[in-house]
Amino acid sequence: MKRRSLWSWIVLVLAILYFGLPLLGTVDFSMKMRRGVYSLDAYWAVLGDPRFQATFLYSVVMACMTIVVGVLLVVPTAYWVRLKLPRWRPVIEFITMLPLVIPAIVIVFGYIRLYNTSSWLPLTGSALGTDALLTLGYTTLALPYMYRAVDTGLRTIDVATLTEAAESLGAGWITVMWRVILPNVLVAVLSGAFLTFAIVIGEFTMAALLNRPAFGPYLQLVGANRAYEPAALAVIAFAITWICMGLIQLVTRLQKHTMRV
Amino acid sequence: MAFLELSGVRKDFELVRVVRDFNLDVERGEFISFLGPSGCGKTTTLRMVAGFETPTAGEIRIAGRDVVGLKPNQRNIGMVFQSYALFPNMTVAQNVAFGLKVAGKPRAEIDARVAQMLGIIKLPQLADRYPFQLSGGQQQRVALARALAVQPQVLLLDEPLSALDAKIRVSLREEIRAIQKALGITTIYVTHDQEEALSMSDRIVVMHEGRVDQIGTPFEIYNTPATSFVASFVGTLNRIEGIIADPSAGTVRVGARDVAVASPLGARRAGEQVSLALRPEAVTLAPRPGQDVAIEARIVEVAFLGSVIRVRADIGGATITLDTFNSPASPPPRIGDAVTLHLSSSDWVVLAD
Repeated sequence: MKRRSLWSWIVLVLAILYFGLPLLGTVDFSMKMRRGVYSLDAYWAVLGDPRFQATFLYSVVMACMTIVVGVLLVVPTAYWVRLKLPRWRPVIEFITMLPLVIPAIVIVFGYIRLYNTSSWLPLTGSALGTDALLTLGYTTLALPYMYRAVDTGLRTIDVATLTEAAESLGAGWITVMWRVILPNVLVAVLSGAFLTFAIVIGEFTMAALLNRPAFGPYLQLVGANRAYEPAALAVIAFAITWICMGLIQLVTRLQKHTMRV
Repeated sequence: MAFLELSGVRKDFELVRVVRDFNLDVERGEFISFLGPSGCGKTTTLRMVAGFETPTAGEIRIAGRDVVGLKPNQRNIGMVFQSYALFPNMTVAQNVAFGLKVAGKPRAEIDARVAQMLGIIKLPQLADRYPFQLSGGQQQRVALARALAVQPQVLLLDEPLSALDAKIRVSLREEIRAIQKALGITTIYVTHDQEEALSMSDRIVVMHEGRVDQIGTPFEIYNTPATSFVASFVGTLNRIEGIIADPSAGTVRVGARDVAVASPLGARRAGEQVSLALRPEAVTLAPRPGQDVAIEARIVEVAFLGSVIRVRADIGGATITLDTFNSPASPPPRIGDAVTLHLSSSDWVVLAD
C-alpha cells in the first residue's frame, strides 16, 4: 500500500515537471523583455497591438458563432437519436469522431475544392461566405467534444419520459426542446461550448488556409518575427483555455447544487 | 354512448402481438384499473390511449371523437408516470404551471390554478422546492397535480405507486381515489398490484397475454372470476381439480369424496374433468349459518400472519388453504389435528378453461 502510494507521488511529480516546467520557462521568458528585471512589457506590447485586438475579437465572434451552430446542430440530433433512433447511436458517434482522425488541413482543402469561386456554391468568393465556411469548419472540428458533452448530459436525464410528460401536457416539439430538454442539459452544453471556445481561439490551419484574420494565424505571425511577445501570447492562450476549463468546473458544481433527477 | 371507447384495438410490435382485440367502454367519471402481470399489454394499451403508441388496428374514441390520428399533445389527456417525470429544472409550482403556460393561459389564472392544485395535494408549502428536494410520495403528488392542472378529459396513471414504499402506497392510493372522486375525472389506472386495483376501482380490466380476460367490479372479479387466470391472479385461491360426478345434482368428485357445487356446471357431462376454485376465507373450522358442506380433513401446515392464521388442510387427494382470524382466546390448530372444514356449496366456483 505504502509502495503504491510512493509510486503515485513519483508519477505525479514527474507529470508536474513534464507539463509545468515548459510553462514555467515560457512565463519566465515572457517577463524578460526588459534587460535585467522582470517586467510585463511583452504583455503590454501584445495587448496594445491593434492586430491582437482585431484578431482576438474576430476569433471570439467566430467561437460564439460556432457554439451557436454547434448547439443548434448537436442538441436536437443527440436528443432525437436518444429518443427515436437508439440503434443509430454507434453510427452517429462514429461520424462525430471523424474530425479527430481526419486532419483539419484535409477538411479545409475539401472545403476549398467544394466551395471555391468556380463551384456551385462559391462561399470563398466573399468575406461573409468564407466566415460562414470557417464557422462550419470549426463546428466540424468541435463536433466530437460538443456531441460527447451533450450526449453525456442527456444520459443523466430520462429523456423519453420527460418528453412524454411534456407532450401529455400539451407541449409541442419546440417547447419540449427549449423548456424541458435544453435546461436540463445546459451544463453539458456549456461544457461543450467552453471546449469549442478553447479550440476555436487557438485554431490555425483552417483560418490560415481560408485567409481569415483570426487569432491563430496572428499567433504564428508574431511567433515568427518576435522574441518575447510570442511567449506572452502563449501564456495568454493558456490562460484563456484554463479559464474555459475553470468555467466548466464551476457550472458543473453549480448544477450539482440546484438540480438532480 | 360511453365517454371513452376502445373498439377492436390491436397492437403488434413487429411480429409480436402485444394487445389483441381490446374492447372497453368507460363512462364519464369512472375509475378503471388495468390489472395484469408484466408483459400482459396493460401499459401498451394505456400508451395507445395517451397517443404514445399507435394502434395497429381499432378505434379509440374520447367523447365521441376518434383520437387515433391525434398527437399526444392534442388529446387533452393527463398522465402520471411511475418515475414521476417531474421536470428537474423547475420548482413544484413551475411544474404544475407547465401545461397551463403551454396552453397560453393568463398569469392570474395560472397562479390561481397552481395554488388550487397544491391545496388539493396538500403541499402548498413546497411550491418553491425543486423535485430533488422532495420525497418519492411528494413527487408523485406533484406529478398528479401537474396532470390535473390542465383539466384533462381523461387521467391516465401508469403504475404510479410502484416506486414507493408500502405505507405511502396505501395512503397515496386513498388520496388519489379521493381526488379522482372529488373532481369526477375519468381515470385509467395501470397496476400489477391486485390490492390497489381492488381497493380503488369502479371496475377492473384483468389482462393476460394481451387479451382481456374479464371486466367487472372488484366484487365480481374477486368472487366470480371468469377464467382460471383471473382466479389465480386475483387474491389467494384454492384450485382443485375434480371430476363431475352427477351434473344434474351438481356434484363433483374431489379425491375420494363428492362435493356439492352450486355454481352451474353448464353442458358438462359426468366423468368430465373440472377445475374448482375456493377462496380461503370461505372455509371455516367452526360451522357458520348457511354452510351446507362439511369435509373431514387433517391439518398439514399452519402459518401465523398476524391478524390472520393461514391453515392448510388435507382433504384426501387435495389440499385446501383457509384463513381464520387470530383470536388470543382460541389457540390455532396444530399440525396433525383432525378437523372438519365448513363451507357453502355456493362458495365453489367452476372455472372456465
